[in-house]
Amino acid sequence: MTELLRPRAMGSDVARLEGWAKVTGTAPYAYEHPVDNPAHAHALQASIARGRITGIDTAAARELPGVLAVLTHENAPALASTEDGELAILQSGEVHYRGQLIGAVIAENPEIARHAAALVRVDYEQAGHDAEFSAERDDLHTPEQVNPAFATDTAQGDLEAAFESAPVRVDATYTTPMEHNNPMEPHTTVAVRGDGGLTLHDSTQGAHTVRQVVAKLFGLDRERVRVVSPHVGGGFGSKGLPHSHVVLAVMAAGLLEGRPVKLALTRQQMFSLTGHRTPTVQRIRLGADRDGRLTAIAHDVIEQSSKVKIFAEQSAEPSRHMYAAGNRRTTHRLALLDVPVPSWMRAPGECPGMFAGEVAMDELAVACGLDPVELRLRNEPETDPESGKPFSSRNLVACLREGVRRFGWQDRDPEPGVRREDGWLVGTGVASAVYPANVFPGSAAAIRRTADGYQVRIGAADIGTGTWTALSQIAADALGVGLEEIDLRIGDTELPHATVAGGSSGLSSWGSAVVDAAAAFREKFGTDPSVGDEADGTVPDNPDRKRYEMKAFGAQFAEVRVREDTGEVRVPRMLGVFAAGRIVNPRTARSQFVGGMTMGISMALHEQSVLDPRFGHVVNHDFAEYHVATNADVHRIDVHWLDEHDPHVNPVGTKGIGEIGIVGAAAAVANAAYHATGLRVRELPITPDRFLG
Amino acid sequence: MNPFDYRRAEDADSAVAAVAGRPAAAFLGGGTNLVDHMKLGIANPELLVDVTRLPLGGVEPLEDGGVRVGAGVRNSDLAADPLIRERYPVLSQALLSGASGQLRNLATTGGNLLQRTRCVYFQDVTTPCNKREPGSGCSAIGGWNRYHAVLGASDQCVAVHPSDMAVALCALDAVVRVQGPGGHRGIPLVDFHRLPGEEPDRDTVLEHGELITSIDLPELPMAARSKYRKVRDRASYAFALVSVAAALDVAGGRVREARIAFGGLAHKPWRATRAEEALRGEPATARAFGAAADAELADARPLPGNGFKVPMARSALVSTLTELAGEDA
Repeated sequence: MTELLRPRAMGSDVARLEGWAKVTGTAPYAYEHPVDNPAHAHALQASIARGRITGIDTAAARELPGVLAVLTHENAPALASTEDGELAILQSGEVHYRGQLIGAVIAENPEIARHAAALVRVDYEQAGHDAEFSAERDDLHTPEQVNPAFATDTAQGDLEAAFESAPVRVDATYTTPMEHNNPMEPHTTVAVRGDGGLTLHDSTQGAHTVRQVVAKLFGLDRERVRVVSPHVGGGFGSKGLPHSHVVLAVMAAGLLEGRPVKLALTRQQMFSLTGHRTPTVQRIRLGADRDGRLTAIAHDVIEQSSKVKIFAEQSAEPSRHMYAAGNRRTTHRLALLDVPVPSWMRAPGECPGMFAGEVAMDELAVACGLDPVELRLRNEPETDPESGKPFSSRNLVACLREGVRRFGWQDRDPEPGVRREDGWLVGTGVASAVYPANVFPGSAAAIRRTADGYQVRIGAADIGTGTWTALSQIAADALGVGLEEIDLRIGDTELPHATVAGGSSGLSSWGSAVVDAAAAFREKFGTDPSVGDEADGTVPDNPDRKRYEMKAFGAQFAEVRVREDTGEVRVPRMLGVFAAGRIVNPRTARSQFVGGMTMGISMALHEQSVLDPRFGHVVNHDFAEYHVATNADVHRIDVHWLDEHDPHVNPVGTKGIGEIGIVGAAAAVANAAYHATGLRVRELPITPDRFLG
Repeated sequence: MNPFDYRRAEDADSAVAAVAGRPAAAFLGGGTNLVDHMKLGIANPELLVDVTRLPLGGVEPLEDGGVRVGAGVRNSDLAADPLIRERYPVLSQALLSGASGQLRNLATTGGNLLQRTRCVYFQDVTTPCNKREPGSGCSAIGGWNRYHAVLGASDQCVAVHPSDMAVALCALDAVVRVQGPGGHRGIPLVDFHRLPGEEPDRDTVLEHGELITSIDLPELPMAARSKYRKVRDRASYAFALVSVAAALDVAGGRVREARIAFGGLAHKPWRATRAEEALRGEPATARAFGAAADAELADARPLPGNGFKVPMARSALVSTLTELAGEDA
């Protein structure tokens, strides 16, 4: 990699450029896009977990004044592609999971549509279903690879022998529950069909991804499909890939001969239709010498997937990179069930995997009588433990040391269960964080000189993360002009192709394309271009990607209080120290880190989708019963980042920050809860009852 | 949501007549629970009679030393009322521990009493529930019952009552004043809510068409030292796993009288009369408080998912009484 882009606009604390529009309600989210004479759809869902529809009586719904059409498998169009089992809806009466889409009512307004949906009567031939997740099953499935394309299993050395002969051993099983992303803005799609083409206003993390998938499903020329998505109210991965409601909206619009259709999922519907984080059962074995130097690391993961579409979360992947040890093993197995389709949720893999791995490290520290920070320092690898490649930069040690200083860790008494204040037991905990520094190939950008400055065009997404602002800052520096001269255009497939806002790859990937386009522009037109001059660029191939392991690191510190009488748990303060490459915008970056850590507290203490195996659906499917952290649960969160200069990752020097903030946060909380109480909770969420006899 | 008629009541008489005259009519207060239920298909009233404009909005001292709370008083206003904060702090605390600020601004005193259970199966029309559809079965038995009852349940229903306010009122011996087609009556709060028995679909002893007009709090000097302790999974906006409303009168180190009610344990606010009995005349010590809790919880029958509620309720009661005794000393 050559020199990094020199920061001028980058690094400055610019407020969100679209902030005013958002707080004044003039930034249109998908459902709000004004379209001519829209109809409104309400989704119909299967009320059995497996079987076949034998009849749908839509008469009462159709007779209701204001109802325009009822879509079912009997009148749905045949899709051109049915290989994606999640998206191939209404192609038959088959039901693969409870809550699966089986149709829609389309009406003059959402209220009529919802009422009419309740009048549709569905008869089923019910088949026995299997929705009980358990690690004890004898029919576990070995996936071909784990998300997105990692090896399912890895092995080095002689794990069993090394573990058995290790003087200090930890062998423990950790569980994390099924969880749901729950962005503030529900999943919505507005479908406008006409002249053989299709326009979608969709709440998505990747407009081009939606276009590609929809065009293939409906056999449409990609150029005839436009997806518009300038503002998105959060996604956390659940909007990274189009889900079946997008297909439903397109089908519904097809019934109406040109009239646009608006579809919004209800919060309850999101619990079966927009993906979820798999529950995990993770066995970790750590073998070490008496000084805490690891000789064996094994991480064996059992997860669930739907049968209709397999998704294997890479929960053991982080254990392949964290700590040195000559003998290693990681595995992933799946229970294939008649359940809704799992998908991405903030830091898939790293998030649940580092909960297990970092609590196990805390247990090892206790077993060795070592400070948990010191244990991690002693196991810092020289190169990547599995691939042997050097890291492009690895500042975990610096994060831990900086955290020790800022958190006041130095004077920590390791004794658990001994600090009491006003009826609360008090403790502190630490955990490491890791997340890959992804750059995805395929994004392109175009830059044109205008009368006022430069228009920068790329079909990127802002899902609340700050892309509008941060990518403008990158463009300004890439062109060597002031931020006010940049007119950024994103969130539309009319713009050059951009990859998904996922895997914390957004700014690194899109920024690379923008830098490339700016270089091409300057090379072609110099510093005094004419209005209308235009150049484009792509994400250049980076040979360093083959030579180096590229990852962001971090250290999470938490203080936890557990009420002695009733077991209530509070997190009065957290500190996260991160080494995540260049920080483009300190203000939006801080929000991302704080948001990730907040979601980590939420994961540690609250979040749990309860799937009742008798029915096959998540029964606590609303915000009264599916708890996310409230303001009262989140107290002081301090964030600090190291000034990290990594010339290998990409021309901007960014590593991505959308996900690393959640990684390790739950482990830090769990470790602090142990330090407070002396009770080791290996199961999330850490609810009050865990501490009651 | 089904289509429905809406009428704004001019006075209590016409409101009662309008609802009493139509089997599928209901009163509408803040709507924080009923409107949700209409959207979810749990409640399908044909007529809503809005009673929020009736003159039921006052908090007034009564001549006998008590306080009358109008059924239309918003939860936020009641919690902040100086009379309530001074004489019945347990009630103010209970109100403030419930729901969220936005919901408390809308929710009324009368409506709060009529909240229905938050059992997830009751709230989901695709699952069997005897409370919603008598005879269809109870999905919570054998299902997810972490939040469910450990006292007074039946094999028909193990749901719990969700209100915090009602737990405080139960400890305070409040009386619910209602106006029905047949006239006015007063119902002691302890008798207002029902245990599920064979009719889990009936939450209260109210007859169709009866309108709550006020809640009367009796004079109770000991309630000036009272507390509400709510134990929940997150720090705000969560229903109680267990809650305790308590007032304690201690003299010379001995309990003269205690008022105790539990929330989160039963189909109704649970007045802990056995614990109160057990405490009378006993020394005000943690040991006596524990024995009182044990007396009350002896009949607890936990479900597979909620055994923790028994020790949690015991601890919450002991801590609350200990704090009250400390204040008294």
